[in-house]
Amino acid sequence: MNEEHKTNNSVDLAAVRAKLAREDGKRFWQSIEELADTKDFRNFLENEFPAGPEKASDGINRRDVLKLMAASAALTGLSACTKLPTEKIVPYVRQPEEIIPGKPLFYATSVPQAGVGTGVLVESHMGRPTKIEGNPEHPGSLGATDVFMQASVLTLYDPDRSQAVIFDGHVSSWSDFTAAMDNQRIGLAPRGAGMRILTKTVTSPTLAAQLKKLLAQFPEAKWHQYEVCGADSEREGTRLAFGKPVNPVYHFDRADVIVSLDADFIASGRGHVRYIREFSSRRNLAAGPASNLNRLYVVDSMTTSTGAMADHRLPLSAAAVEDFARQLATAVGVKVAPVGGVELPGDWLGALARDLMHHHGSSLIVAGEQQPPFVHALAHAMNAALGNIGKTVEYTDPLEANPVNQIESLRELVSDLNSGQVEFLLILGGNPVYDAPADFNFADALMKAKLRVHTGLYNDETAELCHWHIPAAHYLESWGDLRAYDGTVGIVQPLIAPLYDNHSQHEILALFTGDGDKSGHDLVRDYWQSQWPKKETFEAYWETSLHDGVMVGTALPMIPVSSNADFASQAASRAVSGGTNALEVVFRPDPSIGDGEFANNGWLQELPKPITHLTWDNAALISPATAQRLGLARGDYVKLRFDSREAQAGVFIVPGHADNSVTLHLGYGRSRAGKVGTGPGFNAYLLRTSGSPWIGQGLSIEKTGKTYSFACTQQQNTIDVEGHPADEETANADRRDLVQIATLEEFKKNPAFAQIPETQVDRDLTLYPNVKYEGYAWGMSIDLNRCVGCNACVVACVAENNIAVVGKDQVERGRAMHWIRVDTYFRGGLDNPEVYYEPLPCMQCENAPCEYVCPVGATTHSSEGLNDMTYNRCVGTRYCSNNCPYKVRRFNFYLFSDYTTPSLYGVRNPNVTVRSRGVMEKCTYCVQRINAAKIRSEEENRTVRDGEIQTACQQACPAEAIIFGNINDPNSRVAKLKAQSRDYGLLEDLNTRPRTTYLARVRNPNPEIRD
Amino acid sequence: MAQIFHRSTNLISRASIFGGVVIVGALACALYAIAMSPWYTEQNLVRQQPVPFSHRHHAGELGIDCRYCHTSVEKSSFAGLPPTETCMSCHSQIWTNASMLEPVRASYRDNTSLAWTRVNALPDFVYFDHSIHVAKGIGCTTCHGPVADMTLTYRAGTLYMSWCLECHRQPEKYVRPKSEVFDPYYQPPSHASPLTFEGKTYTDQLEFGRVAIKEYKIQSLQNCSTCHR
Repeated sequence: MNEEHKTNNSVDLAAVRAKLAREDGKRFWQSIEELADTKDFRNFLENEFPAGPEKASDGINRRDVLKLMAASAALTGLSACTKLPTEKIVPYVRQPEEIIPGKPLFYATSVPQAGVGTGVLVESHMGRPTKIEGNPEHPGSLGATDVFMQASVLTLYDPDRSQAVIFDGHVSSWSDFTAAMDNQRIGLAPRGAGMRILTKTVTSPTLAAQLKKLLAQFPEAKWHQYEVCGADSEREGTRLAFGKPVNPVYHFDRADVIVSLDADFIASGRGHVRYIREFSSRRNLAAGPASNLNRLYVVDSMTTSTGAMADHRLPLSAAAVEDFARQLATAVGVKVAPVGGVELPGDWLGALARDLMHHHGSSLIVAGEQQPPFVHALAHAMNAALGNIGKTVEYTDPLEANPVNQIESLRELVSDLNSGQVEFLLILGGNPVYDAPADFNFADALMKAKLRVHTGLYNDETAELCHWHIPAAHYLESWGDLRAYDGTVGIVQPLIAPLYDNHSQHEILALFTGDGDKSGHDLVRDYWQSQWPKKETFEAYWETSLHDGVMVGTALPMIPVSSNADFASQAASRAVSGGTNALEVVFRPDPSIGDGEFANNGWLQELPKPITHLTWDNAALISPATAQRLGLARGDYVKLRFDSREAQAGVFIVPGHADNSVTLHLGYGRSRAGKVGTGPGFNAYLLRTSGSPWIGQGLSIEKTGKTYSFACTQQQNTIDVEGHPADEETANADRRDLVQIATLEEFKKNPAFAQIPETQVDRDLTLYPNVKYEGYAWGMSIDLNRCVGCNACVVACVAENNIAVVGKDQVERGRAMHWIRVDTYFRGGLDNPEVYYEPLPCMQCENAPCEYVCPVGATTHSSEGLNDMTYNRCVGTRYCSNNCPYKVRRFNFYLFSDYTTPSLYGVRNPNVTVRSRGVMEKCTYCVQRINAAKIRSEEENRTVRDGEIQTACQQACPAEAIIFGNINDPNSRVAKLKAQSRDYGLLEDLNTRPRTTYLARVRNPNPEIRD
Repeated sequence: MAQIFHRSTNLISRASIFGGVVIVGALACALYAIAMSPWYTEQNLVRQQPVPFSHRHHAGELGIDCRYCHTSVEKSSFAGLPPTETCMSCHSQIWTNASMLEPVRASYRDNTSLAWTRVNALPDFVYFDHSIHVAKGIGCTTCHGPVADMTLTYRAGTLYMSWCLECHRQPEKYVRPKSEVFDPYYQPPSHASPLTFEGKTYTDQLEFGRVAIKEYKIQSLQNCSTCHR
């Protein structure tokens, strides 16, 4: 009956709505294309690698193919006749004591993210950092990482990083630069008039001390700060609420009820890695139905990662969130002028307010960075009214050394530049030419400075317009210090000497403070020594701090705050848009490449973004209803006009997006990012002004008539649940749902809801004899209740297993190489569906369909239940991937691994083969880690301890959703999880007996709300 | 109608049919012989090294323990090649003027590494680990051959997968007491040289090997992922 649809690629949203309405909201779906049953979707569903239109190679015909086949068959054998190349072994002259060749070392350091540090342990092979792991001792990490931290190691080896000191477009040298700066210093003395320094957010105590010293020497010099995705709204919100800027520290683990006002605390913001851990700890169902689950309400415009985790989500345009916050504040007893105008479904607000009041002291309200300071202040006032301060939220002094409003700080700099007051501008990091608000015309203003110096990792848009460009040292190459989300200082220590002529900000500032002869190490160490009371004990403290990655006792103390009640009487900060069809524009940092800082990182560019699963692109994200109203379809190329500025973008429809709102992700459309980052997407900064840094009203969209093609992985690798012709097993089709869910009420009534008797098959129903696994039997359990879809596992897997980047064109053909993917399922209508994440690595089936069909024995079963993949045996028939119902096998259609760029050799894990063309690959449960742990245990004459082996995905996971271990040991964590009643496998009726199983999701909706 | 082909053609065609089979067979045998020959496997091939280092002299005649130079053999996958400093710990005192040792002194002086040519090479898709083999009672000479007799070092085995599996399938044929792992002159137990192990005397390798694999918990690992990943 679908024949006519199968030939059609267009999506009729009205028909999709009608279809969903017929299915009473029980159906899980992954994409609108799936619901519309488009030709592309069918193609991806029925073929693991759809025979997409390859670039037509001219003039090839059947005879040529046969000739080539015959020739290659004849030559296949010859390829084995190569001798091994002669290799050299180059030992040390003097071997450092701690290095054992072949064994990695781990060092603690801190990763900067918008100025705030998160502690990590970096794996180093013979002095070569290869992998970032979280530092369990560090409060901001607790052992976990996020996508940016995982991918930062690739940036270190990026061949496009700037490598030489540049003066006036020509290669110069550091010594020339220091000489020139010496002249500047003398020229600017004594007062430093006309000297300006522009930094990003500074939390580093050493850098702050250096800046202070410099400003003391040159009293007329000025220090400005600008960071796009900093914490301006948060900071100004606290200034409004408490009369002074403070730093909120949340305790999500103590909150029973959480309300997010457009806050995506899972994906971004200070402390988000720790906050995921805290949040997920309250989604733990180890105690069964008696577990104390938290409840999350989210009001957001774009379906964010946080929104996807909500028990109740309300899509509201970003501007309407303020109205909502005012109504909610009134309902919980904060005196504020309500504006009204926003229609809320049923008694949503009343039920929410009652839930909050009921959890006095154990609720939490957080506001998002996109929201104006007023909403932040309201959130603080509500937390105060609900008795949460001191319980679920505490405050410290600001992390920043100088907490200024950064847009205003940049505005001041621009006005000084325009009035010709700036003699000398030193830009320490950042790329304001690209990312400053469009109304500042920063590039024009910049050219008015007499001498411009820029330091950054790349010779970027800003570097191009500066006289001097100094290649900045990567954090893995330099000394420094950073404050974590709670103020704890972590030392940044280098893992490797600078690859090129790189220098840190500390070293550059030191040129002006008379410390030019000091190394980065001495600058940082001397600062801390000066802070330490007793000289004799400093050495020990310093050594411990370096080793642990945390400086004990540096966390900022919690301070009392007193509310400034006046702010709440403030009128609405803007006209209410409710009811009209005017479009608003919302800017957000890109979930994969942030504000553009990571644009040249292939791992991040190729990472499917949460919810949209877009790669290599940003888009104008709109809701299905708005698309219908404006007559837009996915891929329409449109002209966006806002505030008399223009940009062109492709339209992408996001289920659950708020109506009449257009979300634009920042960071794309770079013109000087490098080979990877220059090109993809469009530059949303062109529309972003200082007046509307995050939310703007009055966007207009105009079709250009052209279309834009996205590399979106959402409909790729769709698991075919129907499988058989419809008449055969229709009865079971809906019982084969890949996501099993229940509400807490349903879970209490039927704790084994996820185990469907119909899908259980007789274990003996197999042609092959049953195998009994003695010794170790490796297995994995993934808790869908904890997973927040942050993608950290995907990038960790890429880094650990040398997974190649394939590029946009190949991703469009379904050839992305990720061994683990985060499938996203929706349930319910298009306008506000429930969202479910399902991380999907290889299932390591005990009866693996892939193994039976391999003609060369390249994929075989290990005695411990692993589905081994032997690359050197694989001849690339692709029978295995064709037979894999979970679609987890990846094929190297081309030589995707970079064999030629020397700097990229550095990032590779030496314990994993770099795969070549024509080879199948897949998840191995990180067999290199299993083998290493087994060898260690055998040498110590013991068995592998539970938790000793962590797969890369497990180790990175901030939510602790992935647990790996020996299922033969009933006391192991994984065996206990698999014994829970929520445990289920995917497509169990196929009798594949997957070793990876899932723990079903349990929602905790408010019984008073009927969505 | 006259015959096109002469009768003798029958013989030619018969000969070429059977001859063809023989030629193909002979070719296959020849290819196999080439693949197993030292010319191709580089077995027994002495390689040019920056310094003509003699294991016979150092490990054999002087009796220096393997681990004096190959320090990480018990800790790591890689046995380790000595840093120049290790050579100089003796050669700063003896043979200080030997011209043969000039590259070593130059390396130490100029802080530039010696570049040795790898003798025992495995392809990059094979992950071998020295430490676990040594820990389980597989001696150095079992794989590396009579090192103590090698004036110049060569590869003693083919290092083919079948060669590895030979032992992985029957470790009892090769295991020795852990205490003898680093003995370059170790001989398996025989009537001439019986072996005492845990208070019992053995005169047969297999008999000893079966006891040792139980005692040392030696597994016969033949999973692909044991070595390939």
